[in-house]
Amino acid sequence: MRGFWATYLRELLLLKERFFRVLLSFSINPLLFILAFGLGLGKDITISGRSYLEFLVPGLVAGSSMLQAFAINVEINVARFYLKVFEEFQSSPISPAGYVLGEVFSGITRAFISTLLILTIAHIVGDIDLKIDPLFFLITFLNAFIFASLGVASAMTIKTHADQTLITNFIITPMMFLGGTFFPIENLPEFLQPLIKFLPLTIVAQSLRELSWGYTINYEPIFILLILSVIAYMIAIYTVKRAKD
Amino acid sequence: MSEIALEVRNLTKIYSNTPALKGISFTVKKGELFSLLGPNGAGKTTTLRIITSLTKASGGTVLVFGKSLNEDEKIVKRRIGFVPQHINLDMELTVRENLLIHGLLYGMPLREIKKRTEELLEIAELKERGNSKVKELSGGLKRRLLIIRALMHSPALLLLDEPTVGLDPHIRRKIWGLIKQIQNSGTTILLTTHYMDEAELLSDRVAFIISGEIIAQDSPLNFIKKLGEYALDIFTDTGISTHYFKNKEDAEKALQTHTTYSNHVTLRKVTLEDIFVKLTERHL
Repeated sequence: MRGFWATYLRELLLLKERFFRVLLSFSINPLLFILAFGLGLGKDITISGRSYLEFLVPGLVAGSSMLQAFAINVEINVARFYLKVFEEFQSSPISPAGYVLGEVFSGITRAFISTLLILTIAHIVGDIDLKIDPLFFLITFLNAFIFASLGVASAMTIKTHADQTLITNFIITPMMFLGGTFFPIENLPEFLQPLIKFLPLTIVAQSLRELSWGYTINYEPIFILLILSVIAYMIAIYTVKRAKD
Repeated sequence: MSEIALEVRNLTKIYSNTPALKGISFTVKKGELFSLLGPNGAGKTTTLRIITSLTKASGGTVLVFGKSLNEDEKIVKRRIGFVPQHINLDMELTVRENLLIHGLLYGMPLREIKKRTEELLEIAELKERGNSKVKELSGGLKRRLLIIRALMHSPALLLLDEPTVGLDPHIRRKIWGLIKQIQNSGTTILLTTHYMDEAELLSDRVAFIISGEIIAQDSPLNFIKKLGEYALDIFTDTGISTHYFKNKEDAEKALQTHTTYSNHVTLRKVTLEDIFVKLTERHL
């Protein structure tokens, strides 16, 4: 795991440098979603006997933690193509596994900042009662782990900044909208449901929703997320090893 | 104990059917400052990138203090310090933070990082700028930081890729002083440059690399002795014709002959640039 601390500390120092800008930018989207969908459009909507806001907030946590964890690919791209700091890492005696873990933890940190912001905003403007327990954070952690690993893998695979936008537009954005974040997946056409049901984000959104509504969940989703985390991490390591001229 | 710090044997690199290196070989002795000299695109940076494992070689061997890059990558990396041509520092972090991250990448304990940071800031005359953000530094200071960052883990072999490119003459001289200081402390240096004056002043030996091939290697002094220590440049309507002489007397005699029919004649000492021009006129 040599290289973990150097990689993680670098990202933390950069995050510290831009902390207020990061807080602002992480707050805008959830605030708009909560105001527009939760309090505006969804004011009179109830789902499974709960207000729409109570349905929305766990989904937003799932979606935003995914987005923010995956967004480390932008930082890695800047380090790789613009600043070329990545070469400093490549020429040092660190292990790809340590480097990936450092970047993944940076993604997880961003995901948790975003999660805490959403819960705070929802609490202040929405007046809702959600049950947040350690399992809620464990699932958020695994969600962020998977997507931060995929963020590293995508950053190592692409050749230009433009390619990165394509990946985000074609994979991450559709998942954000279709993965049970804003509406129950049962409302989708039947032929789409089997596919959507097994998206990691759907599993995370449903689990977070059940937990925050006070239900217990079985260990199956956690087990699936753990397996996906290991697979995504291995893919990320493989792509880092291959990222040479 | 091997006296060879770096051994490069038949190194080749092919980028999508275009050969960048065509089987180059050279050795650098411990404590030596060896320069790879050549025009842009000659293969100098590719050679350094292969030695630092940033680029995969297509063929050949690299041995650093007798250890192969392919078999002992981590050990080899630990013994190398690399100063790239582009300034790849974290602009938003401070000078000290950049050095801290480097120290951690090389597994240095925090106490040692702190001590080494202060030593190196002193050497590079950067102590007062230690807490400045890198983006606030001038080009010359950034370049000095880049060099001391590579020295953080006390490498035995320092690779410098065009360390003074784009710098003004005063800053270049400061960097040269720093490089000599590093060599005098016992570090072996492999330098790439296309500045002939820089190579002549700093190097113990130089190799001329053109289109991926090393066409000659020797000490600057030997190269100059072989060609002749004095040169007479005769400016004509069609260009400059240069004649070389083993000693000053012969050169002065020729000067008198030529000045009778032309005013545009210059007598000067031969430099590495003459060697480069002479060697490369056949290759370019």
